[in-house]
Amino acid sequence: MRERIYNFALNRPWLVLLLAIVLVFGTAYGAKNLVFKGDYKVFFSDENPQLLDFEAMQEIYAKSDNAVFILDPKNGDVFTPENLTAIHWLTTESWQIPYSTRVDSIANFQHTIAEGDDLIVEDLVLDPQVLTDADMPRIKQIATNDLLLLNKVVSATGHITIVNITLQLPGLDPISEIPEVADKVRKIQAEFEAKFPNFNVQLTGMVMMNTAFSETSISDSSTLVPAMFGIVLLTMMLLLRSFSGTFATLVVIIFSIAGTMGAVGWMGFYLTGPSVSAPTMIMTLAVADCIHILTSYYYEMRQGKPKKDALLYSLQVNFKPILLTSVTTAIGFLSMNFSDSPPFRDLGNMVAIGVMLAFVFAITVFPALLMVLPVKASKVTPNDHNGMMEKFAEFVIAKRKILLPGTAVIIVIIASFLPQNKLDDNFVEYFDTTVPFRSATDFMEANLSGLSLIEVSIDSKVSSGINDPKFLKTVGDFSDWLRAMPETDHVSTISDVLKRLNRNMHGDDDEYYRLPEERELSAQYLLLYEMSLPYGLDLNNQLNVDKSSTRVVGTFKNLSSSQQITIETNMYAWFAANAPDYKVNIASPTLMFAHIGQRNINSMLIGTTVALILISLLLAFALRSVRYGFISLLPNLIPASIGFGLWYFMDGQVGLALSVVAGMTLGIVVDDTVHFLSKYKHAIDHYGKSSEEAVKYAFSSVGRALWITTLVLVAGFMVLAQSSFKLNGDMGLLTAVTIAVALIVDFLFLPPLLMMLDGKKTTNPTSVEEQTENLNIAKGTAE
Amino acid sequence: MKITKLATTLLAASILTISTATVFAQSAQEQGLAISQESIARDNGWVDMLASMTMVLRNKQGQESIREIRMKTLEVAGDGDKSLSIFDKPRDVKGTAFLSFSHNVGADDQWLYLPALKRVKRIASRNKSGPFMGSEFSFEDLASFEIEKYQYKFIEEQPCDLGECFVVEQYPTDKYSGYTRRLVWIDKAEYRMIKVEFYDRKNSLLKTLTSHDYKQYNGKFWRPSLMKMVNHQNQKSTDLKWENYRFGNGLSAADFNKNTLKRAR
Repeated sequence: MRERIYNFALNRPWLVLLLAIVLVFGTAYGAKNLVFKGDYKVFFSDENPQLLDFEAMQEIYAKSDNAVFILDPKNGDVFTPENLTAIHWLTTESWQIPYSTRVDSIANFQHTIAEGDDLIVEDLVLDPQVLTDADMPRIKQIATNDLLLLNKVVSATGHITIVNITLQLPGLDPISEIPEVADKVRKIQAEFEAKFPNFNVQLTGMVMMNTAFSETSISDSSTLVPAMFGIVLLTMMLLLRSFSGTFATLVVIIFSIAGTMGAVGWMGFYLTGPSVSAPTMIMTLAVADCIHILTSYYYEMRQGKPKKDALLYSLQVNFKPILLTSVTTAIGFLSMNFSDSPPFRDLGNMVAIGVMLAFVFAITVFPALLMVLPVKASKVTPNDHNGMMEKFAEFVIAKRKILLPGTAVIIVIIASFLPQNKLDDNFVEYFDTTVPFRSATDFMEANLSGLSLIEVSIDSKVSSGINDPKFLKTVGDFSDWLRAMPETDHVSTISDVLKRLNRNMHGDDDEYYRLPEERELSAQYLLLYEMSLPYGLDLNNQLNVDKSSTRVVGTFKNLSSSQQITIETNMYAWFAANAPDYKVNIASPTLMFAHIGQRNINSMLIGTTVALILISLLLAFALRSVRYGFISLLPNLIPASIGFGLWYFMDGQVGLALSVVAGMTLGIVVDDTVHFLSKYKHAIDHYGKSSEEAVKYAFSSVGRALWITTLVLVAGFMVLAQSSFKLNGDMGLLTAVTIAVALIVDFLFLPPLLMMLDGKKTTNPTSVEEQTENLNIAKGTAE
Repeated sequence: MKITKLATTLLAASILTISTATVFAQSAQEQGLAISQESIARDNGWVDMLASMTMVLRNKQGQESIREIRMKTLEVAGDGDKSLSIFDKPRDVKGTAFLSFSHNVGADDQWLYLPALKRVKRIASRNKSGPFMGSEFSFEDLASFEIEKYQYKFIEEQPCDLGECFVVEQYPTDKYSGYTRRLVWIDKAEYRMIKVEFYDRKNSLLKTLTSHDYKQYNGKFWRPSLMKMVNHQNQKSTDLKWENYRFGNGLSAADFNKNTLKRAR
């Protein structure tokens, strides 16, 4: 069967190429269906409990998607007639943003004052044309003292302010809705900057975050993918010095990527921040197959074999190892299906498809292309490297008594830092500081408030129950408690509104800045207040239709996941202790992200274990040895442990993206082990060599191939590490580290371990059948 | 009405023959105005009215909440109407009474009697665009219809629930309005408002109001028994049921002042 595939590819190269082109391009046409979803909600599966809580809350109150203009006046004071005129203009203009349902700024803040028995409700900046310097102290005094505005809309010193736009995205077509909003927001920003050059304007908010997801991914694909191609080409040219080989590899890469993207397009996938890194990963992994085939092929050519025979031989010896490593790699990536976050499942499936396609193309299209391309045997003599590898092997053998305990201690020490990593998913930090959304949000946090929100719905379970003085006291006490926490920037609560109204109703007497003591009073104040509010600035975002429940929104500094979860837990504990009768729901995008890391780690632990079991079984089967199957566990597990241990020193924060790395790298690092072990075992079984000699044999036969493929893989994932989308960047970096560590473990730890375990053993020749099988694996990367 | 019909026919003919844009635009405005004036003219002379209304508020999840209000209204020639609303439900606002002098131009005069505080408070606010009692109706939507409050443009004739309708676009003249425009369906037979579409400040469809079960009172005045307001942006809705319409109750301006507000039951 296998022979027939090779022969067909070698005898009918043009036909194979034509068929492949037709199939690949037919499939690739499906890529037209691929669209990018920038909505942050893609990170959550439909059954994610935090997402469900949040959506339920949004249906009761109003949606809380928003866009924010951060205004930083160059004179350092928001409160001048010119600056307030500018803010008034921006406030009015912001109503033109598609899907906007509410605009909040200091200009349209509904200020209430009492004059005798009159309740005056009006915009804080009603008519900018009549503003004078004399009005400024009054306006500043009001704005910087109102709890609704202070530290949310305006800073205490009055040097920074925001205009916040609440959006009601229909969610029918998030692919067009979000850019539609972002475009208008930016247009208004540009107009504002042209009209009022005395401001620095930055943009943030959930919609701008969604925009950052898609824009960062697009800019990544326009820089990282070409960079990756460049690196692959350079590496190939340097190591192989062959134009044809490089070109053929390039074709395999392009076919694998085009085929994968097309296939998932037909299957109805959509692209997301994490899954756009699939092409880079596929490219990296596809190169390894080609390198193995090429090195054997050139080796045979140099031995004087004709082109076709050399190719046939190369395919024969490489088929099984390439298949095995492709399957293990695919299993590793498929383990991401256990992830709680759909984009990572997609990424895993896409790369798994890509890796298997790369295997198919490497044994069909690749030899066919090499057949039709002119080839001259490379002049590079690999002997220099082999000499180096042998010297290295001698060093490892000589120092094994020190290396084994030495590396073991180092491994244990580094791996012991693994639990020190902090669990964290701060969505703001999914982007590095070069992304405008990130710098704007950091700026806002430093000067005003964070973007972390926690929404608390408190349900009295009785119609009109929010007017009950007991209920209001609970809401008021809870709000005070929340406000007193050091992490809190702002609390928006109905209790403040009622306190203010009570004061207004008593001639603005500060004595009455307290909650009304009668249910009817609260109800009637609210009725009065609601009748005097303009469109969009009503209380429906704080109260449900039945006035049985209210929503308190806390704004916090950009906290780590664990801090957010602690706050959430404390909130529930507060209600359990102080108001057990009310039904409390806590939800927000911030909390969704806070929980996803933990959920993902739990689910990926299962996924990684399943992958480990499958891969170990496969190895034991391929090596035909349970013993070596067990031994292989160590070099397969150590790299990720060390990788995460080292991560503590590099970053120290583990979240959504990194929780998939262990499973993902498992399939890749296993390749090194399988190559090394099979050569080692081959030498012992087939040639009856001693443990030391077998190590030397393994080094000289696969050492070079291993470090070359590791180099390509590390380079590939290091390219991904450059992503300004930090979620992908961190994933790339940790994967690169893990793969590099795997090579070091295979070179410095595994051989001394094997020599210790096998040192005193006498070798028994195994059956002829098994020897031949192993020979095929062993020869795979022998050159 | 015959005159209007004739005008319509003439206009349609003139559109066909002289199809210049300016003539069309001018005529459309005039015609829109004429239709609106006719609808007001036909409802003239009701003098005063008593009615009770029940509002049913629904959110996206289908949760409901009920409001009950009794209304007294006095027709005022040359200006907006005077109205006195007494709230019966929810229970905690029972006895609250709201007095409003609506004006053709500028802010309305509004007072609220709060029984819990035993005081009348004047609301000094230009805002009429916020939700009325948390419903999808704004006070602007419930206030009396006056010619000066809008500018007009006739759009087309269309079949509607009650036969044939004029479709007229109305542009609020109050800069504090929550809308850029309203699209109004008025039936040709009796000039009743059948349907209204409300467009928000960015000119996106915000709400649709449909009026149902029109009944004629005193042989002249048509009133709907049910008004349904659906908000397309937040998926909330409010049904407004009207009952006990009574005309000619002998009310006068003396029944609509701060003192009567306190005594309203």
